[in-house]
Amino acid sequence: MEENSTAKERWLFEITPKNKLISLNLKEVWQYKDLLMLFVKRDVITVYKQTILGPLWYLIQPLFTSIIFTIIFNNVAGIKTGGIPPFLFNLAGVTSWNYFRECLTATSDTFKKNAGLFGKVYFPRIIMPMSIVVSNLLKFGIQLAVFIGFYVFFIFNGNEISPSPYVFLYPLLIVIMAMFSLGLGMIISSMVTKYRDLTFLVSFGVQLLMYVSAVMYPMSLVKEKLSTYSWIVDYNPMAHIIETSRYLLLNDGILNMNGIIYSVVITIVIFLTGLIIFNKTEKSFIDTV
Amino acid sequence: MSEVILKIENLSKQYRLGTVGTGTISHDLNRWWHKVRGKEDPYLKIGETNDRSTKGSSDYVWALKDINLEVKKGEVLGIIGKNGAGKSTLLKILSKVTGPTTGSIKSKGRIASLLEVGTGFHPELTGRENIFLNGAILGMTKKEITSKIDEIIGFAGVERYIDTPTKRYSSGMTVRLAFAVAAHLEPEILVVDEVLAVGDAEFQKKAIGKMQDISKGEGRTVLFVSHNMAAVQSLCSRVVVLDNGKLVYEGEVAESVEYYSAICRERLKKEYVIHNNVLGKVKLSNLKVLNTDNSLLKNGESLMLGDTFKIEFNVKIFEDIKDLSFALDIFNDKQELISHLINEDSGLYIPTAINNSVLKISIESKELLFIPGVYNINLWVGQSQTEALYTIKNCFTFSLEQGGYTKRTKRLPKHSKVYLHSVWESKVV
Repeated sequence: MEENSTAKERWLFEITPKNKLISLNLKEVWQYKDLLMLFVKRDVITVYKQTILGPLWYLIQPLFTSIIFTIIFNNVAGIKTGGIPPFLFNLAGVTSWNYFRECLTATSDTFKKNAGLFGKVYFPRIIMPMSIVVSNLLKFGIQLAVFIGFYVFFIFNGNEISPSPYVFLYPLLIVIMAMFSLGLGMIISSMVTKYRDLTFLVSFGVQLLMYVSAVMYPMSLVKEKLSTYSWIVDYNPMAHIIETSRYLLLNDGILNMNGIIYSVVITIVIFLTGLIIFNKTEKSFIDTV
Repeated sequence: MSEVILKIENLSKQYRLGTVGTGTISHDLNRWWHKVRGKEDPYLKIGETNDRSTKGSSDYVWALKDINLEVKKGEVLGIIGKNGAGKSTLLKILSKVTGPTTGSIKSKGRIASLLEVGTGFHPELTGRENIFLNGAILGMTKKEITSKIDEIIGFAGVERYIDTPTKRYSSGMTVRLAFAVAAHLEPEILVVDEVLAVGDAEFQKKAIGKMQDISKGEGRTVLFVSHNMAAVQSLCSRVVVLDNGKLVYEGEVAESVEYYSAICRERLKKEYVIHNNVLGKVKLSNLKVLNTDNSLLKNGESLMLGDTFKIEFNVKIFEDIKDLSFALDIFNDKQELISHLINEDSGLYIPTAINNSVLKISIESKELLFIPGVYNINLWVGQSQTEALYTIKNCFTFSLEQGGYTKRTKRLPKHSKVYLHSVWESKVV
């Protein structure tokens, strides 16, 4: 009996109804880092299996989008991009935007898509959306390389373009984008478990969001032409992120410090909210999904 | 006495019935409003035990209710119960797939669960890649897997195919590979659900052997859920019985299995005897079942292997019938037809049954040589063995016990169907 009472203190862990707000166990997540990498590897290996063009799809999609944007927005609608070749201007926006979009749509499907797996075995669920954000990084890397390729091509053709002196901060911007999409994706995926309507909203909403995220036009243009509605773009953290990415890569436009700070704050709030909601859903979703 | 490694206290789990979606927002809001005011969850009070056969008044049921259980280190604990008794829910909570509604589980060791083999296998990945992925999903690190990979491949017996995508594997190979990964996990507590139901006999033997090694050889704790009583009996050192979400029995293997069969029999007894007078030409009455010593058997009673078994009943005829015929169908608890007996079997013919007469029919079967289990009998009365006149579904249910008919000490294997009386001799030649 006595031995029993002393032993009571030495439980390794306890399973109880969830009530803590954040119980993200970083140590545990770290223990599962191999799983994260294996998920990334799986995604990379399997995504274009049995396709003819394989990873070329990584390139085709942004290139064609940029070409079409250039034709419609710059040639037809006549949006001016300053000294920057319109194609490069669009490609910069599309490349950054693609990363955000891919991360958001994939992470917002986490619970629903993996219900089978999550219903059978436990691992820190956050591994799944994190692996998506990481594996999309590779895709993003390839697209960035293409962008750089065209960059060099345009320089050789006599265009006077150069990156901003702060271009080394670009990775930081990617981290912010990753966090923002991860946070938003976690919130949506948690809510999708109960309210399926959101699935429809995401695919449609992301498309609409692109138009207010300054992907194919500079932010200054909206202020100039649509001053009454420019607040929509102004309040959209993604618009600031895209605008900043263009500033860093192409030295285009002006750096709006307030906008950047605003975006970072929103990103952190969204990310933390996402963590909380995701954690809450993690334990019970299998009963509702 | 070895120490307690796992302690389950007052564990309960509530589920909401019906369509989730309609009305959930209002419930959610109500729940939240109670929480804000510091009151108890209003929906936790409602709820009934999980008896599926009776319609409850509330939308909430307790899949598990107040489970208390202690598991000692190195023990192989069997968990048995009917479908829907709460076994899987318990395992899901243990493996942290879903959370409990109230109560807690305390553990001194890592828990790894095997609720299904091959979770997370990706068909496009090769066997080797899948070993790593699956191992990592189950909680192993890359280093652990690397050190064991040859052992895993060897155990699964898929050396030749290891660098081929698993979509080219036969289902048996996939299962073997998946079980091999799981079997090489090294948690202090392993939770296993029905994995032995897959694979061929040889592999099942291997799997059971491996599980025995894990518990006996390596002193790890195994929680084993199964419907396969033979596997439970050969593996477990202690068994608990769940019924309607409650822990109803806890004890030695043999007693628990017996308790469980008693529950099953009780339930089978509740199965309705369904008379169906198809054409109104005949009527059956006075159905009796007699044992070897001509003692009357009650529906649901047990018989011994090798017992004689006799059924008697009266048939009242309301219309002249040509070629009156009878059939007895005996089903096992899986509703497989085990035996089909008809009157022609012993040369009985009833060319014409005359209006208004009453016939007394008796059927005797000398030796019941089925594998012990629960059986039910359907009776069929008809014309020319084709046209049904009168049927009784579940006219008699009995459980067959092993008894002393066979001299073997172990139980007859549950997955076999029939016992044949055999004489064995050995001579030096």
